[in-house]
Amino acid sequence: MTVWRDVIGQEDAVAVLEHAVRTPTAMTHAWLFTGPPGSGRSVAARSFAAALLCPDGGCGTCRECRTALEGTHADVDVIATEGLSIKVEQARDLVALAAHRPSVGRYRVIIVEDADRLTERAADALLKALEEPVPRTVWMLCAPSVEDVIITIRSRSRHVRLRTPPVEAVAELLTRRDGVDPPMALYAARAAQSHVGLARRLARDEHARIRRHDVITMATKIVSVGDAMGAAGDLMTIAAEESAAASGERDAAERTRLLEVLGADPTARTQPPHIRSQLTSLEKEQKARATRFTRDVVDRALVDLLSVYRDALVLRTGAGTALVNEDGRQVVQRVGELLGPDDLLRAMDAIGTARERIDANVNPLLALEAMALDLRLPR
Amino acid sequence: MSDQVAVHHRVPPYVLVTGPEQLLAERAVAHTLDELRVTQPDLEVIRLYAGAYEAGELTLHASPSLFGGAKCIVVHDLDEASDDLQADLLATLAVEPEPDLTLVVVHKGGARGKKVLDGLRGAGARVLDAPAIKTDRDKSDFAAHEFRRARRKATGEAVHALVEAVGKDVRELAAACQQLIDDTAGVIDEQVVLTYHGGKVEATGFRVADAAMAGDAGEALRLLRHAIAVGVDPVPIVAVLAQQARQLIAVGSAGRGRSVDVARDLGLAPWQVDRARRALGGWTADALATCVHAVAAADFEVKGGGRDPVYAVERCVLTITGQHARNRT
Repeated sequence: MTVWRDVIGQEDAVAVLEHAVRTPTAMTHAWLFTGPPGSGRSVAARSFAAALLCPDGGCGTCRECRTALEGTHADVDVIATEGLSIKVEQARDLVALAAHRPSVGRYRVIIVEDADRLTERAADALLKALEEPVPRTVWMLCAPSVEDVIITIRSRSRHVRLRTPPVEAVAELLTRRDGVDPPMALYAARAAQSHVGLARRLARDEHARIRRHDVITMATKIVSVGDAMGAAGDLMTIAAEESAAASGERDAAERTRLLEVLGADPTARTQPPHIRSQLTSLEKEQKARATRFTRDVVDRALVDLLSVYRDALVLRTGAGTALVNEDGRQVVQRVGELLGPDDLLRAMDAIGTARERIDANVNPLLALEAMALDLRLPR
Repeated sequence: MSDQVAVHHRVPPYVLVTGPEQLLAERAVAHTLDELRVTQPDLEVIRLYAGAYEAGELTLHASPSLFGGAKCIVVHDLDEASDDLQADLLATLAVEPEPDLTLVVVHKGGARGKKVLDGLRGAGARVLDAPAIKTDRDKSDFAAHEFRRARRKATGEAVHALVEAVGKDVRELAAACQQLIDDTAGVIDEQVVLTYHGGKVEATGFRVADAAMAGDAGEALRLLRHAIAVGVDPVPIVAVLAQQARQLIAVGSAGRGRSVDVARDLGLAPWQVDRARRALGGWTADALATCVHAVAAADFEVKGGGRDPVYAVERCVLTITGQHARNRT
């Protein structure tokens, strides 16, 4: 049993981290974990935190290890945002927190899960703390790539690179940790393209599988201009519905809770002004969260769609590598028959452009429409 | 106006000005004060604003002063009134009014201060309306009334041209009317309006999009430049272009059903469907697809993806007009 058991397919990175835990001279105060989404950046960071705090250097069973992995350890703070960005106020709070001595363990660990979402000002606020480290405070920043954090942070932290774990390793993790049937685990790992979180969701949630199937079959259905616009609209509706389903209940619960805390009457038709202002700020936060969620859902759907064209290209060129959509072979074959290699590449390019545009704040529906028009199949 | 005052002779002790249009409300207040000054030239005017009101102020001002003299208290923004102000107003209404005191209350609209409103009406207040001026028709009526009030003749075309040019803001419209009344003589016709306001039009994203979708490159560009010059942001213009292209495609692929049915299926208004059908004459599906591509690229560029947002919209508009049948050979 070791604390590294859930960090899968990252032997090189784990070796570096273990060495740092064992050898005080190899340890430093700021670490930057990078790797593609779903490669387990935050899991790696938490495991590292656990190993640092564990008296045995990462046994995986003691109290320190378990609480650190769960993120409930008194000296481990995990910062993740559900909005679009981490604001400068939050960053300043972190700097203040970093100045505190650890309360029970050897180190105080601050894990920033979305360092790529730090606004520029927020990142600047962190610089001082990263530059002049307080003894026994360790920063762990996670981001998709080193380019996603500002250069001054990059130069002040040590870089640990994670790679996309192999499909088999992800499937094995799902079976071992979440008790998923091996065939289902393999399907989910493959369909999620080794994204651990997504794979788990696909394996456990039937609706997620149905939605994925809908998205994939969309590739064979776009023929006319009207179809393309309709398909884009459908994608958007699916994303909005999923977002609403995921956040509706939670939003209502948060509202009730806030009213309780403020001692207001939840049944009153209009609330007094000071409560109204608090409610407005809560609603604003919830809206930012919903925007982020919708965008994430759209992006996930686009990755799924992209895999169809990728698979079609694999079949066409006879490359012999494994298909992502082994279960959707008919769809892939049909797309491959109708489109030549050039068209397939153009379609993949269109999807990439749409993802870039949505990321740059273009109206998602408009970006999807422009994309879907490029995915039209010849009659 | 002096003849009117002679007829009314006396302003009642309470005056209520209701309605959202600020300009009209201000005029009503000014008019009331003028009327009061006819009989009481040394009128003392006290203005109270709901935002800065402190409890008891009203009672303080309303109580008779040692030196006598007529007073008029104008209470602004009753619709934002605190509970203190409302309570004080109700208390003032409850007692017999002071002989030389006139209370003018201004209320923009909404439910707040309803008790005071009812109290004022019950006490026989003179009610002056300041209705909202929103549609072009309201604005035309307003401008025509302005000219009539000054005993000047204005043709319908002149009023229309004036509303087109400066109708965005009622104050601006009123000032423009005043300018024409002061500076010109005789009948105000379209030519006179054009001399003062020629070449100026109210340009919005919608008008830009309409011109672009009609394939009129010159008009679309002119409106676009104008809109940007008067401060319309490129981002909403692109959004409107996208919406129009989307509507045309949706209506175009919806088939030939009755426009009411099509409208219901697409979630549009029937007039939107009719308009889209008329506009569709110059379009093919592929041309519209090119438009959507251009609009999406422009949206990316105006949101920071490009260097010059205005150029991005202009190029987008030109791409759209270039796709229209009348510009294709």
